[in-house]
Amino acid sequence: MKGCEAIGEAAIHAGCRLFFGYPITPQNEIPEYMSGRLPQVGGVFVQAESEVAASNMLYGAAGAGCRCFTSSSSPGISLMMEAVSYMAGAELPVVIVNIMRGGPGLGGILPSQSDYFQATKGGGHGDYRLLVLAPSTVQEAADLVIEAFDLADRYRNPVMVLGDGIIGQMMEPVEFKRTVEPSELPLKSWATTGCAGRQRNIINSLYLKPEELEEHNWHLAAKYREMAREVRHAIYETNGDMDVLVVAYGTVARIARTAIDSLKEKGIKAGLFRPVTLFPYPTEALNETASRARHVLVTELSTGQMVEDVRAALGKRPVEFYGRVGGMVMTAEELAAQIEKLAHAAAV
Amino acid sequence: MYNEIILAGFGGQGVLLIGKLLTYAGMKAGLEVTWMPAYGPEMRGGTCNCTVVMSDHEVGSPIASRPHAAIVLNLQSIDKFEPTVRPGGILVMNTSLINRPAVRSDITVVPVPCNQIAQDAGTTKAANMVALGAYIGASRLVDLALVKNMVAETFAGRQQLVNLNHVCLDKGFEIGQAVAASAEAAART
Repeated sequence: MKGCEAIGEAAIHAGCRLFFGYPITPQNEIPEYMSGRLPQVGGVFVQAESEVAASNMLYGAAGAGCRCFTSSSSPGISLMMEAVSYMAGAELPVVIVNIMRGGPGLGGILPSQSDYFQATKGGGHGDYRLLVLAPSTVQEAADLVIEAFDLADRYRNPVMVLGDGIIGQMMEPVEFKRTVEPSELPLKSWATTGCAGRQRNIINSLYLKPEELEEHNWHLAAKYREMAREVRHAIYETNGDMDVLVVAYGTVARIARTAIDSLKEKGIKAGLFRPVTLFPYPTEALNETASRARHVLVTELSTGQMVEDVRAALGKRPVEFYGRVGGMVMTAEELAAQIEKLAHAAAV
Repeated sequence: MYNEIILAGFGGQGVLLIGKLLTYAGMKAGLEVTWMPAYGPEMRGGTCNCTVVMSDHEVGSPIASRPHAAIVLNLQSIDKFEPTVRPGGILVMNTSLINRPAVRSDITVVPVPCNQIAQDAGTTKAANMVALGAYIGASRLVDLALVKNMVAETFAGRQQLVNLNHVCLDKGFEIGQAVAASAEAAART
């Protein structure tokens, strides 16, 4: 299946029956797929009048206690940011899929990874964080989307699945390992499900009394610290000592794998550290793995975003960066040449 | 085993379809597979292409700058992709629309008059199938039968189309097989 389609189908398998979205390349296949599939399973598909509307519909549906999701790409995600901040403030579980494209502004339609800051540092206003997951295969995208719904419910927080135009358009075999029916999902005692026989529930992010808002913010901060237990990463060829440790996520990590393999016959020992959760970031594991490498090379489809988190994690040691932008994607050969150059440089 | 194949032509020739058929066949054969379409500037220039990766271990990069094979259905595509094929690789070229010979001498070139063969079988629209058959004949990467099954599934309910496509696959296969055989024989002398 196409990555986009697999993401849609995964949401169905997670018991999600609501999609509110808007078209934008390169994720059009997600709303297209949902528009056909949701009626088949008794769900509802709405193409909203804009991403602003779609994201606010999400707020409403989540507040009513239903699993719901949306997808968009970069500029569309920007339009959703106000609603995302509101959802985080009101502690609403939603899943948001961003199939990144070239930016800034209207940019281009080809793949990029230039929304890392937006996803992990907060594209919306206020003291909030999103749990951010970054798949690198169509199978992983399907798996992580299903998990995203569980994580969103567990933490009562929006969860973002961060893909790019490559994973969205690529076709790979996929297996859906779990299926949950909406009726099997536990009821949400905090949601607005009709308050006959109980105190009314209120979904809200407005706290006019500063003492209350402060308490609420510290509560959110504590929740985000708790999220740290969801941290996840993957490694490739990182046993023992390495000449170069490549740090990359998403489809770029796959390109890095091919580059790393191609250097084996030249006797260059390169490894790959692939964060799967971008928030919380696998700082500890990265530190341990990087300690066994003479050089660290971060590679992204951006002018340098995740590299800042890597530098923060690794402290004083130099961290090299190689990026392509605008929809241009590095080839494995190109990346291998960068790794090889670094491998031959003296350790600093 | 790790194989990267680029299929290229102009929009409408069914390049993406034959890429998908090849990919599905690989999946049925138990291989790890990836299909990646290329959109972007080339499309305005009239080229459309996809990269298929078939492997017995996890697929790395879904894009290939030095593929093991290229199937090119028009002149722009051969101009763009002939130089990228690895030495010892395969180039299937549609001589109905490509009016020059291949330049490389270090790859196995399979010239096939795809449009002509498809026209004789019923319609030039099936030229892509001739090219696919030729590639499979030359490379033996997957079983032709698997591809034929996928065609039957894809065009289920339209037996005439299934038959036509099968004929085109077979004719292409024969050509590809013959070229590969004579290349092997030449290599042995």
